[in-house]
Amino acid sequence: MSSQAWINLAYLAAAMLFIVAFKLMSGPRTAVRGNYLGAAGMAIALLAACFERPVLETIAARGGWPLALVAVAAAIGAAIGATMALKYPMTGMPQMVALLNGFGGAASTFVAGAELWNKTGDALAVDQAGGLTAVATRAAADLAPWTQFGIATALTGLIGAVTFWGSLVAFAKLEELPRFKQAWTNPNRHWINLGLALATLALIAGVCLNPSSNLLFWALVIVGSGLGCTLTLPIGGADMPVVICLLNSYSGLAAAAAGFVIDNSVLVIAGSLVGASGLILTAIMCQAMNRSLVGVLFGGLGTTTAANADDVYAGKIKSASAEEIAMVLENASRVVIVPGYGLAVAQAQHAVRELANALEKRGCTVEYAIHPVAGRMPGHMNVLLAEADIPYEKLREMDDINPTFPEADVAIVIGANDVVNPAARTDPKSPIAGMPILDVDKAKTVVVVKRSLSPGFAGIPNPLFAADNTLMYFADGKKAILDLTAALQQG
Amino acid sequence: MPLAQIAFLLADAAATTEDAASKFIRLLTVFLLAMWVGFEVITKVPQRLHTPLTSGSNAISGITAVGAIVVAAAVATAGFRFGNLLGLAAVVLAMINVAGGFVVTHRMLEMFNPKRK
Repeated sequence: MSSQAWINLAYLAAAMLFIVAFKLMSGPRTAVRGNYLGAAGMAIALLAACFERPVLETIAARGGWPLALVAVAAAIGAAIGATMALKYPMTGMPQMVALLNGFGGAASTFVAGAELWNKTGDALAVDQAGGLTAVATRAAADLAPWTQFGIATALTGLIGAVTFWGSLVAFAKLEELPRFKQAWTNPNRHWINLGLALATLALIAGVCLNPSSNLLFWALVIVGSGLGCTLTLPIGGADMPVVICLLNSYSGLAAAAAGFVIDNSVLVIAGSLVGASGLILTAIMCQAMNRSLVGVLFGGLGTTTAANADDVYAGKIKSASAEEIAMVLENASRVVIVPGYGLAVAQAQHAVRELANALEKRGCTVEYAIHPVAGRMPGHMNVLLAEADIPYEKLREMDDINPTFPEADVAIVIGANDVVNPAARTDPKSPIAGMPILDVDKAKTVVVVKRSLSPGFAGIPNPLFAADNTLMYFADGKKAILDLTAALQQG
Repeated sequence: MPLAQIAFLLADAAATTEDAASKFIRLLTVFLLAMWVGFEVITKVPQRLHTPLTSGSNAISGITAVGAIVVAAAVATAGFRFGNLLGLAAVVLAMINVAGGFVVTHRMLEMFNPKRK
């Protein structure tokens, strides 16, 4: 067997390990092993790459220093990545994942750019007799118009740049950097996007027609960078889960496209697995909000048809103290806690765990209702509550728990708003009409912990707050839960 | 055209080295099949594991490091070029993605483990 066959076999093993890794991700107990297998697959693929023919030829002709440089670069990157991953607080996971994702996209763009640069250089290589060398002939064939190499290079450069800048903007938004707090709502943004999209198409055609131009490629990368920013800037906080999934998918597609650039099937396989996973999650997130992807990316939310806040709330809000709520909880035998992004902001996950412990000590059943888009990334609430040692068996998905709300004595809503707004079910004119929600209003008593009556991301009033069976508890999430636990333990 | 002749032509074509179009179709086949496998496997992941799935797949997208290693470490007769430098930058970036992604995923999954501490 040739050495290339062994390398390909190693790539095949890596690809299989990736698929098994994804497969094992379907259970919390097997997922840890899945992650190890994924890492093992990656190690095999990276090691095999060091035995690729061009690398070995380089070592034979010029010694081992280029590979040593690569090893140093890899060690530096791995050290930075591992440090970031270990040091970053668990609550900052959404922005951490966004940032890491961006680096992957940028790497793919650089691979395409580097390959293009080297190929255009190779195409000029002349042998001693003055004719083109074999390397030059091969390079020239790839640099002809409309080759796989040219098309893939253009797409890799573009998708990678969009991923990198989109991820950076997403990171800035999730980190709540002051300049990025407000969604970008310039009325001309659709024209700017259209302009950038047309420029992108023109430059893609340009690179495909004339792949030997490094200038056209980098122009495409720059326009793609702009597009990455302008597409992500207008997207508001609650739509972030969709954006994270989509960018994740892009980074995979960029890697797959890079596989077409360098004719490497392991890049194509791993990249398309990631691309598929991101696309599925994007679809799930959109479904959970009853919105189309186009609507999330370009639409924004209309607020014109929403009911007036004063009409909804006037005279109907019942505010309660910690003691009053503790009295209700004392008689409860089943409590459902509904966490939202506000819980993450208030860092109240440990306080929630304390409250649940206090309730369970009294013989009460406590469960958690998780809306698919609660938080800022897919599954955000699960990670947050798991951090506070809340067993995952108690976290129940929307479709699973919704029919059981009428049997709940108390539903405690902490930092969630739009995902429990019954207007989605009852008011066909509401901007969130048709969005699947958690039916907390069907519980016997609803306790809403909230700082004020300010609207959620959708910018609409929530009739739940004015319902007969709702008690509002106006306080910061963490303090509220701590006070509530104290009142419960005294009573 | 008689069947034998067609078969002969096909065999002849297969015997010659892979041309550009068949190479592209081979990779496209791999791409589409892998997408399909991805869709099938990932639809079975429950909602509560969506965050680790996102970060785990994120780490795997760092596979582009394989390409980065080859472009960075293959130094042509023309010497160390700008392309090699870009390749090295790509190695650093991709390895941040790979190492960070796997470590973050591990940290998250550890939290789902009831027996920790």
